[in-house]
Amino acid sequence: MGIDTVLWSKLVTGMTLGFHAIFATLGVGIPLMIAIAEFIGIRKQDPHYTQMAKRWARGFVISVAVGVVTGTAISLQLALVWPNFMKLAGNVIALPLFMEVFAFFFEAIFLGIYLYTWERFKNPYIHWLLTIPIVIGAGMSAVFITTVNGFMNQPGGFTMEGGQFTAVDPVQAMLNTATFSKVFHVLSSAYLTGAALLAGIAAFTMLRKGVTGYHRKALKLMMAVALLFGLLNTLAGDVSAKFLAEHQPEKLAAAEWHFETESGADLILLGWLNAEHKIIGAIHLPKLLSFLAFGDFKAEVTGLNEFPPEDQPPLLVHYLFDLMAGVGFLLLGISVLYFVFVFWRKRNELNKWLLRVIALGAPLALIGVELGWFYAELGRQPWIIRGYMRVEEAATTSPSVIILFFLFLLLYIVLGAVSIFVLRRMFKTTGEGEHV
Amino acid sequence: MMNYELIGISVLWLFLYGYLIIASIDFGAGFFAFYARLTKQDHLINRLISRYLSPVWEITNVFFVFFYIGIVGFFPDTAYYYGSALLVPGSLAIILLAVRGSFYAFENYGSKNHIVYLFLYGASGLLIPASLSVALTLSEGGFILKQEETVSLDYWALLTDPLSWSIVGLAIVSVLFISASFLAFYASRAEDNSALKLMRTYSLFWSTPTIIIALTAFIYLGQHNERHYQNMMDLWWLLALSIAFFAIAMWLLYRGRRYGLAFICIMLQFFCAFFAYGIGQYPYLLDPYITIQSSVTSPSMGFALVVVFVGGMCLLIPSLILVFKLFLFDADYVKGKKT
Ligand code: HDD
Ligand code: HEM
Ligand code: HEM
Repeated sequence: MGIDTVLWSKLVTGMTLGFHAIFATLGVGIPLMIAIAEFIGIRKQDPHYTQMAKRWARGFVISVAVGVVTGTAISLQLALVWPNFMKLAGNVIALPLFMEVFAFFFEAIFLGIYLYTWERFKNPYIHWLLTIPIVIGAGMSAVFITTVNGFMNQPGGFTMEGGQFTAVDPVQAMLNTATFSKVFHVLSSAYLTGAALLAGIAAFTMLRKGVTGYHRKALKLMMAVALLFGLLNTLAGDVSAKFLAEHQPEKLAAAEWHFETESGADLILLGWLNAEHKIIGAIHLPKLLSFLAFGDFKAEVTGLNEFPPEDQPPLLVHYLFDLMAGVGFLLLGISVLYFVFVFWRKRNELNKWLLRVIALGAPLALIGVELGWFYAELGRQPWIIRGYMRVEEAATTSPSVIILFFLFLLLYIVLGAVSIFVLRRMFKTTGEGEHV
Repeated sequence: MMNYELIGISVLWLFLYGYLIIASIDFGAGFFAFYARLTKQDHLINRLISRYLSPVWEITNVFFVFFYIGIVGFFPDTAYYYGSALLVPGSLAIILLAVRGSFYAFENYGSKNHIVYLFLYGASGLLIPASLSVALTLSEGGFILKQEETVSLDYWALLTDPLSWSIVGLAIVSVLFISASFLAFYASRAEDNSALKLMRTYSLFWSTPTIIIALTAFIYLGQHNERHYQNMMDLWWLLALSIAFFAIAMWLLYRGRRYGLAFICIMLQFFCAFFAYGIGQYPYLLDPYITIQSSVTSPSMGFALVVVFVGGMCLLIPSLILVFKLFLFDADYVKGKKT
C-alpha cells in the first residue's frame, strides 16, 4: 500500500483548520472590540476611541479576507477530502452549514457598508448601529459551525439504518449535548483572544515608542474586556470539562492520563510516561480531577482503561490540555495583575515588565486557541462521527492528497507572510496622530 | 404541491445565476484593471473600478459558498461524486479563489497598486471562471467514471473533448463581456466620459466572440449529450428570447445610450440562456448517476432548509437593497463626491 491517504487527509484538514482558526477566531472577537471602542468614542466624545475603532477595522479587513478565503477552502475540502463523511452526514449537518453561510452573508454586507460610511451619517450612533449585525453575524457563524463540530462529537437527531442516517431531525442534531458547552467556550475564548491581541499590540507599541494617551486608553479598555472574558472563559472551560466527564469520558481521561476508574481522582499536571504507562515527574493535585469533573472531591471518574485500545484517543492530548488551561489562567492572571496595579495608587501600571507580559499575552491567546482545538479534535480520534464512523472510513482514496498538502502549505505560508507584511506596513504608515 | 427537490434546484440555479453575474463583473474588472495598467490607461478606469468593487467583494464570495453549501445540503450525493472526482481541479480552484480574494484586500487596503498584485488579481479573474466551468462540463456525463466503489475523473477524455474547451472559452468571454457592459453603465452613472468610452469599446469588442462561442458550445453539446441538446431545442423560445435581448443590448450600446437598460438586457440574455441550459439538463445533476429525485435530502431536512432560506432572505433582501442604495444608486457616491 503506497501512500497513507488517511494520514495525509488528516494533515490537510488539520493544517487548513489550524490556519483558519486564527483568522476565524479574530473574525469573531475583533468586531466586538470595534463596537465597544466606537460606542465609547461617541459617548465620551473622545476622538481617540473613534480612531481606535477605525484603525482596528482596517486591520480587521485583512484578517477577514484571509478568514473568508480559508473558510471557503475548508468548506470545499469537506467534500473533496472527506467525500464519505459528507455522503453520510451531509443529510444531517446541511442545516447549520446553510445557516452559517447566511450569517456570513449578513456580516459581509454590513461590513461592506460599515467600512465605507464613516462620514455618511449625521447621527454618529447610526454608524455605530452597523457594528451590531457584524458582531452578531460573526458570532452566529461561530455558533453554527460549532454545532457541526458538536454533532461530530455527540451525534444525535437521526436513526442509523442500513449504513445510512434516516429519520433525520436536523434541529435536534444541532442541539446535541456538546453544543452548549462548546459554543460557550468557543465564543468566550474568541472574545478573550480579540481583547488580548489588541491589548498586546497597545502594550508592544508603548514599549517601542513610549506612552501615549491613545495607547494608554486602548490598553485599559482592552484589559477590562480581557478580564471579563477571562473569567467567563475559565467558567466555560470548567463547563466543558464537566460536559466531557459526563458524555465523552475517554476524551477527558486521555487529557488527564487517568487510566483506572477511581473516586477522589488526582489531577495530574505535565509529566511524562515511561514504557509501562507509568506517569513520571508529574505534579499531583489530590482529588482535584474529581472536583473538576463533577464539582465533588469524592466523585468517581471513568478511566481510560474502560475503553478498548482501538477506541482510545492519543495520549499526547494531555499536554495540549494542560498548556491550554495554563494559558487560560495566565491570561486571567495578567489582567488581574494589571488592575491591581491600576488601583494600587503607588504602582505604575505601565511599567516595562507588566507591558512586556501583556504583549506576550497576545501570541499566548492565539496559541491557546490552537491548543484547544487540537485537543478537542485529536481527543475525538479515532472517530470522525463518534460511535458511527471512523476517520479511515471517511477519507478520500485518491493519492493526490499528498500533493495537495504541499500546495496548500505553500498557499498558507504565502498568505500568512503577506498578511503580516501588509498589516505591519499599514500600521507603520498610519500613525496614531494621522487620519486613517 | 411542489417538491423540495424542485424548490431546491430552482433556488440554487437562481443563486448560481446571481453569482454568474456579480462574479463576472468582479472577475472581468480585475482583468481590465490589469490590462489598463499595461496599456497605460489605468488613470481612466481604475478609480471607477475600485469604487464599485471595494464594498462588494466579500458579498460576491458568499454567493458562491451559498450555492455550494446549498447543493450539498439539498443533494448530498453531489458531494460524494463531485467531491471524489474533483479533488485536484477543485483544490486548484480553491487556491485561485484564495489568492484572488486575499490579494484583493491586500492591494486595496494595504499597499497601493503593486503590479504583481494586479497581475495575480487579473489573471485569477480569468482562470477561476475557467476552472469552475469544468463542473458544468462534468455534469454532461462521460467524464466521471464509477467503478464499483471508487469514483474518478477521466482527465484524458476531459482534456481532449472540444465541449470542455468551448465551455471554458465561453466562460472567459462572457466574463469580459458582462463586466465591460456593467462598467460602462457604472461609468455613465458616474458621468465619467473617458472611462465610459473605453468600457463601451471593450463591451462591443467582446460581444461577438461571446455569441460565436456560445453557438459553438451548443453544437458540441449536441454531439456530446443528445438528450440535453434536444431538451434545449424544445425550449427554442427561451433561446430566441436570449438572442433578442442580446440584439437590443447591442443596439443600445452601439448607439451609445441607455447604458442601464443595455446592461439589464444583457442580464436577461444570460438569464434566458442559463435557464434554457438548466431546464434542459433536468432531471440530472450528473448524467447518468445523479438526478435531483434520486439524491434529494430527507423531507425534514428539505423543509428545514426551505424555512431557513425564507427567513434568511427576509434578512438579506433589505440589507442588499441598503447596499445598492448606498453604493450603486447614490449618485454622489458613484461620482466620488462622498467617501
Ligand atoms: C484562548 C483560548 C482558550 C483558553 C485560555 C482555554 N480554552 Fe479550552 N478550548 C478552547 C480555547 C481555550 C477552544 C479553542 O475554544 C476549544 C476547542 C474546541 C472547543 O469547543 O473549544 C477548547 C476546548 C476545551 C475542552 C474540550 C471540549 C470538548 O472537546 O468538547 C475542555 C475540557 C477545555 N477547553 C477546558 C478548558 C479549561 C479548564 C481551561 C482553563 C482555564 C481552558 N479550557 C482554557
Ligand atoms: C478551527 C479550529 C480547528 C482546528 C485547529 C482543527 C484541527 C483538526 C485536526 C488537527 C484534525 C486532524 C485530526 C487527526 O490528525 O487525527 C482535524 C480533523 C477534522 N476536523 Fe477539526 N479542527 C478545528 C475545527 C473543526 C470544526 C469546527 C469542524 C466541524 C465543523 C471540524 C471538522 C473536522 C473534520 C471533518 C476532520 C477530519 C476527520 C478527523 O480527523 O477527525 N474541525 N481538525
Ligand atoms: C473554529 C471554528 C470556526 C470558527 C470560529 C469559524 C468562524 C469563521 C468566521 C468568523 C469567518 C468569517 C471570516 C472572518 O470574519 O474573519 C469564517 C469564514 C468561513 N468559514 Fe469558518 N469558522 C470555523 C471553522 C470552519 C469550518 C470547519 C468550516 C467548514 C465547514 C468553515 C467554513 C467557513 C467558510 C465557508 C467561510 C467563508 C464564508 C464566506 O465566504 O464569507 N469554518 N469562519
